[in-house]
Amino acid sequence: MRSKRFEVLENRPVNQDGFIEDWVEVGLVAMDSKYDPKPSIKVANGEIVELDGKKKEDFDMLDSFIAKYGINIENAEEVCAMDSVKIARMLVDINITRDEVIQYTTAMTPAKAAEVVSKLTVLEMMTAISKMRARQTPSNQCHVTNLRDNPVQIAADAAEGALRGFDEEETTVGVARYAPFNALAVLVGSQVGRPGLLTQCAVEEATELTLGMRGLTSYAETVSVYGTEPVFMDGDDTPWSKAFLASAYASRGLKMRFTSGTGSEVLMAYAEQKSMLYLESRCVFLTKGAGVQGLQNGSISCVGVPGAVAGGVRTIVAENLIAMMLDLECASGNDQTFTHSDIRRTAKNLMAMVPGTDFINSGFSAVPNYDNMFAGSNMDAEDFDDWNAVQRDLKIDGGLRPIKEEEAIKVRNKAAKALQAIFRELNLTEITDEEVEAATYAHGSNDMPDRNIPADLKAIEDMMKRKITGLDIVKALYKTNFEDVSNSLFQLLKQRAAGDYLQTSAIIDENFNVISAVNDANTYHGPMTGYVISDERWNEMKKLNNLVKPEDF
Amino acid sequence: MEINEKLLRSIIEEVLNEMQTSNSTPNVSTPNNSKSEGIELKEIGKAEKGTNSKEVVIGVGPAFGVGQTKTIVKIPHAKVLKEVIAGIEEEGLKARVVKMYGTSDVSFISNQAAKLSGSGIGIGIQSKGTSVIHQANLDPLNNLELFPQAPLINLETFRAIGKNAAKYAKDESPSPVPAKNDQMARPKYQAISAILHIKETQHIDESKGTQQLDVKFI
Repeated sequence: MRSKRFEVLENRPVNQDGFIEDWVEVGLVAMDSKYDPKPSIKVANGEIVELDGKKKEDFDMLDSFIAKYGINIENAEEVCAMDSVKIARMLVDINITRDEVIQYTTAMTPAKAAEVVSKLTVLEMMTAISKMRARQTPSNQCHVTNLRDNPVQIAADAAEGALRGFDEEETTVGVARYAPFNALAVLVGSQVGRPGLLTQCAVEEATELTLGMRGLTSYAETVSVYGTEPVFMDGDDTPWSKAFLASAYASRGLKMRFTSGTGSEVLMAYAEQKSMLYLESRCVFLTKGAGVQGLQNGSISCVGVPGAVAGGVRTIVAENLIAMMLDLECASGNDQTFTHSDIRRTAKNLMAMVPGTDFINSGFSAVPNYDNMFAGSNMDAEDFDDWNAVQRDLKIDGGLRPIKEEEAIKVRNKAAKALQAIFRELNLTEITDEEVEAATYAHGSNDMPDRNIPADLKAIEDMMKRKITGLDIVKALYKTNFEDVSNSLFQLLKQRAAGDYLQTSAIIDENFNVISAVNDANTYHGPMTGYVISDERWNEMKKLNNLVKPEDF
Repeated sequence: MEINEKLLRSIIEEVLNEMQTSNSTPNVSTPNNSKSEGIELKEIGKAEKGTNSKEVVIGVGPAFGVGQTKTIVKIPHAKVLKEVIAGIEEEGLKARVVKMYGTSDVSFISNQAAKLSGSGIGIGIQSKGTSVIHQANLDPLNNLELFPQAPLINLETFRAIGKNAAKYAKDESPSPVPAKNDQMARPKYQAISAILHIKETQHIDESKGTQQLDVKFI
């Protein structure tokens, strides 16, 4: 006989998830592995000659890079000798300022950082995140993709996402060759929804850089780093090649951040027996060493791996915190489906939503779950109203706002029309009025007519051959009576000459003011300090669409 | 490693519901001619670069048909190869199968397959099923078509992969095989996928390079 209770439980979504016992020998363990090195450091003649148990002659390329560039050498020996619990307490102590803590945390070794955060509960990690994140005002990022790489739908969804409050939008492709259209569509749509919003297209690195240099994107994020040498080599890369790529972006005035996350090394079968958190800590130090302003981490596309082992979600919060401790912008993940359970995904997302991070989700899917080409997000377009309700329930700023249906329809239509005009002006493929209409009212790609994909791909090849750039888009919009969108795009392109948005944690507001850790540094040190929700913002957050007024009865 | 074998087996049984694992993982250094359900794979020496512009090279991972005999969703490797080859032949082209011992990374498996192919088009298939259509002159991490979610690749898709690869080889511009997307594949399968990939990677043997395979369906 089966227990009916157990049968009911068995059929709950959570039991569709994969849960796995630790396999320490291959690194399938969240943190604190017995194979992780003990923190250690030795400095001789201004040079790090021992790092986390390894002598200089035994360094692999990650150790060499981190030892040379990643650690504030002045305080390094002193900090490594300190009790890790003491540093952990400094992270949550409201009487010790962020500036002071940073002096210690940027002088740690990767193993020390992993050890320090392992002394914190998730509640303490959240408190630490409130204090340690670089930008005072929290923000959010979204994904704009669809199953058919339909550019008209991308433009419309980007416009609506912008209106809902996201400060960055990220697209990617189903078919790699669609990248230029997707980049163009998300760029144009975003500026229709809200001028100043930053967009990117996550594709193969050389293509991604080309799109950025041509002004079809405003920043990049998918520059991945890994915590072991063989995984780096698998991607034909080294820390130096990644640092070189980072400087290529900087040289053109483009914002960029690296991406890493727990689980990638074990998923690629080269964890060298180390725990996921220790390896991720190395990635964060590498990022710091490369001089990059920020990092997207929080397991990201490998989240099914830490999500399956004990303490995995805690580890994800810990890795976000390490990025902030190194004074980096942190786009904190919560971006990929890791569970069938609404309860698990909410619990996980609250770890970043409650304290607020530079980008709480990176990103929140601004399209339905089935259209998310990052294999689903932790939050999807279906969850917009839930998110708004949670913001209002807890009075926390998750970066979104309720919007009216008619506003959404208006910007979606305008974005689709703007893209239609650009396609005509630049002799790309035809966008029909029927498609514009469908995109205006669509929820997802199931509501869109099919496009002639081979024709699109030919047009894309031609567009790249003709060296179409952002300025051509500016001109096309101007000629076709989208002067306001044209102007926004032009302002955005000018940012790369000014370079202010290369500062840590930068976003751009609708008046093209840069808001970053320079002019909006986090000053949290206890109650009623740091980011406080303004009355204006609170009123906006409160106004859910289905509010009932007492006077109506 | 006794414990790991047991752990692997229990996990796979639990999650994939009676997926049959091979009774023992063959030692990597033994001759890797193998026989599994419906297929016999014979290594007949180092694979050479082809000159026949009417061929598509299929590169398989180092554990293919040996350490693992089914994809992550239990499709036997025999059926996988049969469908991909049938797809290629349907377009009037020839398939050649090679086994990569130097890498378990599907980008490199497929790119190297493309580089060996007389047509410049190759297909890479990991033992767990992840597949890529690649072209010789593209960067390894780029691709013509990528099928990243192994649990979603069924026989129909494998056939379509073969067919499209052959079309690229004929210089046609086919509509890409419709992308499938199941956001729930990750929570269910990703950690299993890690285990299968670790297992496949343990079969890497640089000294063997890329082996030409004689494939017999039985």
